Order: sequence, then structure tokens, then C-alpha cells
Amino acid sequence: MKRLLKGGRVVDPAAGIDGQLDVLIDDDRIAAVGRGLPVDGAVVVELRPDFVVCPGLIDMHVHLREPGQEHKETIATGTAAAVAGGFTAVACMPNTDPINDNANVTAYIVSKAREAGQARVYPIGAVSRGSRGELLADIAELRQAGCVALSDDGRPVATALLMRRALEYAAMFGMPVIDHCEDPSLKGDGVAHEGFQASTLGLRGIPGAAEAIMVERDVQLAELTGAAFHVAHMSARSSLRAVAKGKDAGIRVTCEVAPHHFTLTDEALAAPVPYDTNVKMNPPLRESVDRDAMVAGLADGTVDAIATDHAPHHYDEKQVEFDNAPFGITGLETAVSLTFDRLVHGGVITLRRMIELLSVNPARILSVPGGTLAVGAPADVTILAPDLRVRVAAAAMRSRSKNTPFDGWELRGGVAATIVGGRMLFANEAAGLAAATA
Amino acid sequence: MTPASTTPGVAAPPETTTLRGKDLLGIADLSPAEISLVLDTAEAMKEIASRPIKKVPALRGKTVVNLFFEPSTRTRTSFEIAEKRLSADTLNLAIASSSVAKGETLADTALTLEAMRPDMIVLRHSSSGAGHLLSRICRSAIINAGDGMHEHPTQALLDAFTIRERKGRIAGLKVAIVGDLLHSRVLRSNLHLLTKLGAEAWICGPPTLIPPDVARFGVRATSRVEEAVDGADVIMLLRIQLERMQGAYFPSLREYFNVFGMTRARVRLAKPDAIVMHPGPMNRGVEIASEVADGPDSVILEQVANGVAVRMAVLYLLAGGAEHEEAA
Repeated sequence: MKRLLKGGRVVDPAAGIDGQLDVLIDDDRIAAVGRGLPVDGAVVVELRPDFVVCPGLIDMHVHLREPGQEHKETIATGTAAAVAGGFTAVACMPNTDPINDNANVTAYIVSKAREAGQARVYPIGAVSRGSRGELLADIAELRQAGCVALSDDGRPVATALLMRRALEYAAMFGMPVIDHCEDPSLKGDGVAHEGFQASTLGLRGIPGAAEAIMVERDVQLAELTGAAFHVAHMSARSSLRAVAKGKDAGIRVTCEVAPHHFTLTDEALAAPVPYDTNVKMNPPLRESVDRDAMVAGLADGTVDAIATDHAPHHYDEKQVEFDNAPFGITGLETAVSLTFDRLVHGGVITLRRMIELLSVNPARILSVPGGTLAVGAPADVTILAPDLRVRVAAAAMRSRSKNTPFDGWELRGGVAATIVGGRMLFANEAAGLAAATA
Repeated sequence: MTPASTTPGVAAPPETTTLRGKDLLGIADLSPAEISLVLDTAEAMKEIASRPIKKVPALRGKTVVNLFFEPSTRTRTSFEIAEKRLSADTLNLAIASSSVAKGETLADTALTLEAMRPDMIVLRHSSSGAGHLLSRICRSAIINAGDGMHEHPTQALLDAFTIRERKGRIAGLKVAIVGDLLHSRVLRSNLHLLTKLGAEAWICGPPTLIPPDVARFGVRATSRVEEAVDGADVIMLLRIQLERMQGAYFPSLREYFNVFGMTRARVRLAKPDAIVMHPGPMNRGVEIASEVADGPDSVILEQVANGVAVRMAVLYLLAGGAEHEEAA
């Protein structure tokens, strides 16, 4: 089947394309990109001229919770949330139950993802067995089963020695090591950013240095090994400095920032809902200088990717004392709107840069297909509606969990449609795209 | 707010005859006028304690649940006496954290109690913000009797009542607070209260026990105890928890006492008529020397006595004050 995306603005940073062009999809591949392409029997999707046709977005940091925590999310609900949020692919962290530290779990995830038939799923394998920080996981097996990167996310790679070995060993397969950078002794039993808000509210603090110290350690180890290290969910300004310094020295370090860390600050702990457990995440929301540093890093190129750290939790788990609530919020269905509203319309980044952060760079860091609309590439395409008025409605989300602090927010910019492997899996009626076109 | 309104005997402005909120979760939520209203009301309540029959019908027919998730003797007893003197029906629930670990969430416990239609819940809990959670799901008025490291509003109110009774005012006084500041809910409530009423608040402790960015409260922080107490009108000591050595906050209790302990020599640096306060329970020979605790400047037992009057005032005002009495 052929499908012609007609009349939109095509932005493909990888090919240096930005213009009013058509995109022809033949079955599951991109067949042509050009001006006024002939219909030639294709199903035509008429687009408003301001709609943006771009390479499918890739969220390189999500928690799909399956196997083992299906009350929070399943691969089916998580990938449905992904396509509704404009993502054609996600990379899922291994802290499931059991941990994805062996080929059986990876194969299970891959088969569940195929069954779901929504966004593509790239599993991330554990660095260490059981993510316990002692012995390396069976990395070659994980690679063969489909893992694209390694991480003990949820906790840091425990020791410098293990991180060194993981970097060295994973380089054999071209896999980056993604570290949840956090010094456990400095984090202690902290639940919020260490600063004025935590002091006022009586919450135990986690200083930015807890993150930056381990970023510094890992940058040193990336230099030592020549291997690729990626900083997960960076939040502290001192971490950004460490990454910038590493990049200047030619060290292979990349980093991601989550939408909540470029949008919110620790003031959200106090208002509008004091002690709202939906603003409890790790790393915590930091103060405005940190938030502003993340925004600056997104603008100047120090930050490579926007990743959501989508962390669904059941409402029972969040309806507890702040100290006892689990860390994390959902993010797949709000990331595009927050990026548009805060960064693109906020004049911080260009549309082209947005697509680099959400598609081109994640594909490059993980060495996965996508991030391009080149002829012959998989037909993973996201159609963005930059001026769509979006009112965030947690209850209407496809994710099984609703733990978002953005419920009720009004944002400018959203998703018009999501096409994975040539199939239009999401069409936003609010953007005037009939679901029937699928 | 003019300093005059904090003077005893001067009534709060006529418009402030009730508390705006349904709950008392913290001093942070109170206006200076509301604080003065509580203190003025407590004066009337204090008189009740000197009567042969220490009971008034103000809260007759009201049910108050004292829900305590942390061990507490003085606060729970103080609330219970206050409730009984106001003729409320009271129920004490001391829930060990172990039984909570077995299953029921705080929210479910609160909703179960709510179903029996109490009017007020007095909550003591080890997690900061526990009262806010209850406030969102309960119809009852929630009175925070201490939540984690956050606030202990009735303690700050009884401290203010005691200061006002002794000094005649709060505005302009130098108040030095010395001890474990980081983990103290009493500190946070007092900082809100003292800054709202115009006192000059100083806090003192080892740098490891000073909350980050605390200067933004509008207080002076120092680790030199002599500087903190110099010319002070009020010295307030905070409890040093014995387990803090394990967190490497300071090397030993002996060293703490040597550097920060309130001795008679250090009290002498304060104003001659300075008073010494402690919310209790005290560690004698750690944050306070016995000679100071038992000395002429100590108002520690007055604080306890005033606690009942202040809690009666809070219960009375949250029940609707005079309006409720007329309706009854």
C-alpha cells in the first residue's frame, strides 16, 4: 500500500531538508520526498501547510514495567501511549521484575512488543546481573536478543571498576552504557532537591552534587576506555558542566534531559498542591538555576536528547505520604507538547533542533534505525501540529498510569499523527486528522 | 500588620475573629492577625485552668480523634487535656508504624475514621506533609501535631504565647535558637512565626545541622553560639537526637556540649532578663546544662502549661469559635 503525505512542511535534519514537500510511503519504507509528488494510486493524507512531517520520534528512556509490574503499565499500554505521544520507537529500561539481565527476558519483551504492534521497542539490558552491581550481565546474549544499550537504571553502576569493565566490554558490541548517575551515600534517604524548598517543607534533600560526582567519574572512565557513556535524565547544572568539559576534550559522552527537568522546579513541591507525590521523581526537580542550565544546554547543543524517563506508577502507590511514594512520573504523552510550548514557542530552540533532540540524536546514540526520512528508510514518521492547542487530560491518557503533574495544563503544540512502519497508528482528531485515514 | 496588635490585651483587628482555613497544617499558612487571634484566645483559655472546675462546654458534641503515628507523651497529653477541658468527646489512637507496615495506608486509616464522622483529627506522623494528604481527602478539620521535619504549629504558638506573656511583645526581640535545626519541625514553625511577628531570629548549630538556604527565611544563621546568644531576649534550645552521631553530623555528644551546650556562662551573654526555652524532651548535659534547665531563667514548665491553653484556643477556633457556640 502507498500513502502520500501531502502539503505539509517536511523537516529532516539528517538530510538537511526543510520545506513544503510531499512524502511518499510505499508499504513500510520511505519511497520519495519531493515537491508535488504524483498521487499514482496512493492514499492521500492532506496536511495543513503548518503541519510538520519529520522522522519518527524516539524516546530513549522509558519504563514499560513488563514483565512483573503490569499493574503500572504493560508493553501494550506503554507503546500505545508512545504513539499517542508521537513516538515511533522507545527504548525500555531493564528494571522490570525479573530484571532484563538475560536473553529470555529480552526475548519476552521483544515478542510482547511485536504482539502489541504499536511503537517499536528497543530493550536496554542490565549492566550487571540483577542490576546488583557485582557481576556483569551476559552482554553478548543480551545484544543478540535485541538489546541496544546497557544500564542499571534506577540505580547507578555501583563501582568505578564495574563501570570501567562495562564500558570496555560493551564497546565490543558498539553499545553505549547509560548511567543513572547518583552517589548513593550523598543521596541517602533523600526525597527532594536539597535547597530552600526542601528546607521549608522538611523533606530530606538530594544535592545536585550527588549526580555530578558520578557524571565526573563516568566521564573519566569514558576517557580511560574510549567507550561511549550516556548520562540518563540529567538534572543538575554541575553535571552539565562536566558533560560540556568532557565533550570539549573529545570524550565520548552524551546526555539526555527529561521534559519535567526543563519545565518545572522544586517550587512545584509547595504549590499548587503541597507535597504532591506527582512531582516526586529521581533525580528530583531542582531549583531554577538548574532548570535554566538544562534549557541552555538544550539550546547550545551540550544536551543531545530529550527523553521522558516515563515512569508509570499505580495511583495507590502515589496516594501515600511523600516520603513513601515511589519516584517517577509518566511522560510519553506530554513530551511533545512541553517541548513545543516551553522550548520551541519559548524561542529557546528551533523546530529543527527539536527534531534532532527527539529523533536524530537518540537514533545515533543507540545506533538504531530511524532519525531520517531518506528514501529506503523505514517509514517511521511523526506529523506534528505546532500550533495545536492541547489541554492535558490525564484521565484520557493511554498509559495505564496517570501520575503526571501536568494534568489540566494548556500547552501549544502537539501530535497530529504517528506512522510506524508505514501504518498510521495514531491520528489526532483534534488536529483534524480523521482516524479513518488509518 | 502593626506591632501593636501583638501586644497583650490589644485585640486583633475586628475582622479577624476566625481562622480562614479548615485545618491547621502549619504556621506558614497563618497571617500575623490569625496568629494574634490564637494567642489572644489562648489568654482567655488559660484562665480556665485556674478555676476549680476546669471545664467549659465550648466543644460539647464535637468528636476529636488524636491520631498519633509516633510516640508522644507531652503533645498527646496536652491535646487530650485541652479537648477534655472544652468538653469534646476524644478518642486516642496510637498506631505503631509496625502495624501500618502490615498493610493499611494512611489514607485508608483516615478514610475509615472519617466514615465515623469525627469533627477534628489531631495528627502526629513521621512524614512531612502527612497532614496535607489528610487535608485533601478528609472533611474533618486536621490539626498538625507534628509532621516529620516540617512543622509543629501548636508548639510554635505556645512558644510565642510564653514569650509574649514574659516579654509583653514579640516584635523586635532577639530570639536565638540553638540545636539540631535540620531535623526540627519546631524550628520551622518557629521561624515562620517569629519572622511573621517581626522578631529577629538567629539560629545556631554545627553547619551539618543547618538547613540549606535557610537564610531565605529571613533569619541569621551562625555556628558561633556566643554570637547567637549575645544580647538575646530569648534562648530556645532544640533537642539533639542521640542517633545523629551515626549520620556524622557531629563527632560526639561531649563535643556537642562543649561547643554548643547552653551553660550558665553562655546564658550570661544574653540580656539579663533573658528567658530559656526548650520544647522537650530535654537531653540534660547535651543541648542544655541542668543548671540552666532548672535555673531561674528557665520557662520550660511554663511552656508546658501554656501548651494546654494554646491548644484549647486552636481547637475552639477551628470548631468555629463563637459562631459555633451560638449555634449550639
